[in-house]
Amino acid sequence: MTGLTESADCAVQQNQGGLDVTKLTAFACRELLASGEVSAVELTRAYLARIAAVEGAVQAFLLVDEAGALAAAQAVDAKPRQERGPWEGVPIALKDILCVKGVETTCASRILKGYVPPYDATVVARLRQAGLIFLGKLNMDEFAMGSSTENSAFKVTRNPWDLERVPGGSSGGSAACVAASEAPWALGSDTGGSIRQPASLCGVVGLKPTYGAVSRYGLVAFASSLDQIGPLARTVRDAAALLELIAGRDPRDSTSVGLPEPVGLPEREDLKGLKFGIIKEFGEGVCQSEVLEVFGRAVAAIEHLGGNCEEVSMPSLERGLAAYYIIAPSEASSNLARFDGVRYGYRAPGCQDLYEMYVRTRSEGFGPEVKRRIMIGTYALSAGYYDAYYAQAQRTRTLIIREFAEAFGRYDFLISPTSPTVAFRIGERVADPLAMYHSDLCTIPVNLAGLPGLSLPAGFAQGLPVGLQIIGPHFSERRLLNAAYAIEQALAVEVAAPVERLAAEEANL
Amino acid sequence: MTFELLEGWEAVIGLEIHVQLKTRTKMFCGCEVTFGEPPNTHVCPVCLGHPGVLPVINQKAVEYAARIALALGCRIPSRTIFHRKNYFYPDLPKAYQISQYDLPLGVDGRLEVELDDGSTVTVGIVRVHMEEDAGKLVHAGGASGRIDGADYSLVDFNRGGTPLVEIVTAPDLRTPEQARTFLTQLRSLVEQLGVSDVNMEEGSLRCDANVSVRRPGEPLGTKTELKNMNSFRFLQRGLEAEIERQILALEAGEQVVQETVHFDPVTGSVFPLRSKEEAHDYRYFPEPDLVPIELSAEYLETIRKNLPELPQARKQRLMEQYGLSRKEAATLAFNKSLADYFESLAGVTGDPRVSVNWVLGDVSAYLNANNLSAADFPLSPESVAELIELVRSGRISGKIAKEVFEEMLSSGKRACLIVEQKGLKQISDVGALVEIITKVVAAHPGPAEEFRQGREKVLSFFVGQVMKETKGQANPQLVNQLLRQYLSGQLKGNGPGEVENLG
Amino acid sequence: MISREEVEHVARLARLTFSEEELVRLQQELGKIIGYINQLSQLDLSGVEPTFHAVRLINVLRPDEPQPGLTQQEATANGPVVEAGQFVVPRIG
Repeated sequence: MTGLTESADCAVQQNQGGLDVTKLTAFACRELLASGEVSAVELTRAYLARIAAVEGAVQAFLLVDEAGALAAAQAVDAKPRQERGPWEGVPIALKDILCVKGVETTCASRILKGYVPPYDATVVARLRQAGLIFLGKLNMDEFAMGSSTENSAFKVTRNPWDLERVPGGSSGGSAACVAASEAPWALGSDTGGSIRQPASLCGVVGLKPTYGAVSRYGLVAFASSLDQIGPLARTVRDAAALLELIAGRDPRDSTSVGLPEPVGLPEREDLKGLKFGIIKEFGEGVCQSEVLEVFGRAVAAIEHLGGNCEEVSMPSLERGLAAYYIIAPSEASSNLARFDGVRYGYRAPGCQDLYEMYVRTRSEGFGPEVKRRIMIGTYALSAGYYDAYYAQAQRTRTLIIREFAEAFGRYDFLISPTSPTVAFRIGERVADPLAMYHSDLCTIPVNLAGLPGLSLPAGFAQGLPVGLQIIGPHFSERRLLNAAYAIEQALAVEVAAPVERLAAEEANL
Repeated sequence: MTFELLEGWEAVIGLEIHVQLKTRTKMFCGCEVTFGEPPNTHVCPVCLGHPGVLPVINQKAVEYAARIALALGCRIPSRTIFHRKNYFYPDLPKAYQISQYDLPLGVDGRLEVELDDGSTVTVGIVRVHMEEDAGKLVHAGGASGRIDGADYSLVDFNRGGTPLVEIVTAPDLRTPEQARTFLTQLRSLVEQLGVSDVNMEEGSLRCDANVSVRRPGEPLGTKTELKNMNSFRFLQRGLEAEIERQILALEAGEQVVQETVHFDPVTGSVFPLRSKEEAHDYRYFPEPDLVPIELSAEYLETIRKNLPELPQARKQRLMEQYGLSRKEAATLAFNKSLADYFESLAGVTGDPRVSVNWVLGDVSAYLNANNLSAADFPLSPESVAELIELVRSGRISGKIAKEVFEEMLSSGKRACLIVEQKGLKQISDVGALVEIITKVVAAHPGPAEEFRQGREKVLSFFVGQVMKETKGQANPQLVNQLLRQYLSGQLKGNGPGEVENLG
Repeated sequence: MISREEVEHVARLARLTFSEEELVRLQQELGKIIGYINQLSQLDLSGVEPTFHAVRLINVLRPDEPQPGLTQQEATANGPVVEAGQFVVPRIG
């Protein structure tokens, strides 16, 4: 992306002598640094100040690494500007599921409290190499299991658009952080919608890349055949740039292939000649009417841009939730077995023998949702059940993949609301796991098929963000982001949440 | 040591062998494969099972495993995948082992085993598959370093992740001795492939057994899994003990329970491991972090072409090329360095018969006594050939040659030199011999008379006496001939220099 | 939909332990979830191949070359209980 800059929206308003980060995109940060208007340390301080100002309300971070961030910023400033890479000095925050060498990584779980990885995840190494500044680690549902970030062992993150509501999950911290302007962009991970759904609920852009586009080395595994790391950002262009920074084949990840072509700077202005399929099964009866209303306006915008929209029925997708709730817990039950108190993390004290150590460590260290899913997964894989559950779910997956492939023979993209509802109240769904699982209805099939999926802020219902989900064929990120850009420009939805106002209101109550 | 099966019973034995591959690095990460290093010094986040890590397959390990599978005559399916075998144990960092389940690398092979009595038994190889090794556990605080009674245990992951090949045989073996012979010959084969050190003491070759007994003609009995035999001798003893245990139980009207049985090397006995835990449910499922391996026909053909001459083929060739007996050829073929030595020696001497007698005789005796392989034998084929030539030319007798051989080994001197220095030259001087014969016969008039009466056997007594007189240096064939002549009066021995009638 | 014995058995396999109240609740929750996922078993998918990987790849291998690893210190740094460079676990037998 060297040489390409985004000149339009770097309007910087000096607010009381400080930098107003609520107006900055990542591209804008880059511009400020490149022009010398702002130093890396100043920029980092501005974000740290923002975090200090609003974290009390938002609670997006598990760890803010002030010292580390400033040291990294100083190192950038020490380099002459001509010698710096294009993104050097731009801050970013990382979901606490990514291993950062020397920095506590907990996956929002007690069982990893105090765990300090001896290595960087590949994506982290790439960002470090590109000179980005790591502000800290973001809150999430424990081991990425959840749709509200309420399953974090440490804190509940609040939706910057309504502090009494959830930010979504499992990358709730990432989405809230960006919506609250605590960082220009963030990394999250998506297994069944964990980037897209919180992006939708918090009104930011979230992209789950094609399975294999981004290395999973260093991503603490939840469901190996479904997990992908992806960007959350304020704009489509930022998301595209971050994707480009992290994507690529990694010899440490046997399932990674990278992207077949550079994504480039999205610049498409219309959607002429493009056909969009509206997934019928994710419409009425599944989604809230307010959500569908906003979605309808987005569809109108697409058509106004020259895109052709029509309904398409994809009945196999309705089986997606069931297939997912076999495959993901099964793989997770195996991936999480390594948390046994032997080599790292929590170990229950005072155990008389190994068996006691295992059961007490794991029972005390894991939260209830994690244990529930481990139980489901262990059950589904246990003797006699493999074929009826895991194998059957993988056959269902084949049907879903086929149906998508067939649909992409007729449509360029498939669309739906990202989430059936807007952000629900904190505490509203914790008592009913199955109800919580239904939050991911629209996003899950995309993971099962390994397709790229993006959530774009489409508007508001009752003052709460609604996201538009756009799904493309495998490795179509370039086209997908371009289409999303055009729609984004047309819809022009505000992404910066008025957190201070809300926090002030709350304080006054 | 022979083991006699109690009458009326038949044992059915199958073996499960693990071979540690001698690749430079581990199966799924770039850590070096080492032995005897300080704990946890050859590890990385991958083989420690840290959160977020992923396995990547070692291509050399695949090649070595394919070599084994092809050498065992296996069919290599077009597609092979890895599975996760899930269970909890401290030496298993991920709490699952990456192994293979229903699509292993090789299936349906066989190995023809040469038994001591010259017969062969064909043992089916059900499967050959790849997997990773676990770490090493040391039990501390207890008396014997064993798990029972230990207060706690220590784990070292240096070994964790080392590539292993598992070979599973069909239950085609019938006696503990057969099992031991099979393992010995399998070991030799794998060693010749250059893929492993296959050393049981070091753990690069491990063997468990599945054992059952039945009355001949009846269906298979319940089998047990016999573990913890870490030498060839222990394998045989363990099998003997377990077979006996099962037979005694059945004869007492009890049932054999399907369970794991542990061999105790100290007492030589076996005992079931009654674990309080559940039987393992491994919950196998395909490893999602790895993609399938599809080995092309060309790739396999290249490996096949580059396989060394395998023991069966070598055995055939040794028989045909050198006229060796089947037993001789088999002994050599399953001991590569010994066979190499033989072929070098035969090449120099031009006499395979004499060469094989030496190699399977005195040379092997020395190697066995000193626990050496032929590759480490201190005498070169040329030097032994020199000794053989001395015998052939009559300069020394066969008996003296053995003495010279010992001397060559202890002093490092050449055969010729030893013969010179010790004056061991064979006495073939007729005059000298007749003089001794005269003396000996005169000393034993009784036996002399017996010989004249027709008692042939007495001759060997006299030969012995002459040999004794000459400290073994007399040419025995000549002594024999001269004695006959002398005793039958054809020869008059009067003194040195007087010789008549030498036929 | 799932028996109490099965729940306990699965818990043992997974090395988890639950209080009495947790077990009761878990039995209900798992029962509901299993009831939900059971819908797949009604589908006749006998002719359909399972998909284990969304993107088709084969033969991803690496050369047999050593890569730098961790020192003993780094390897054991996160260990809850370490002795003589090894990880300590309580009595196994």
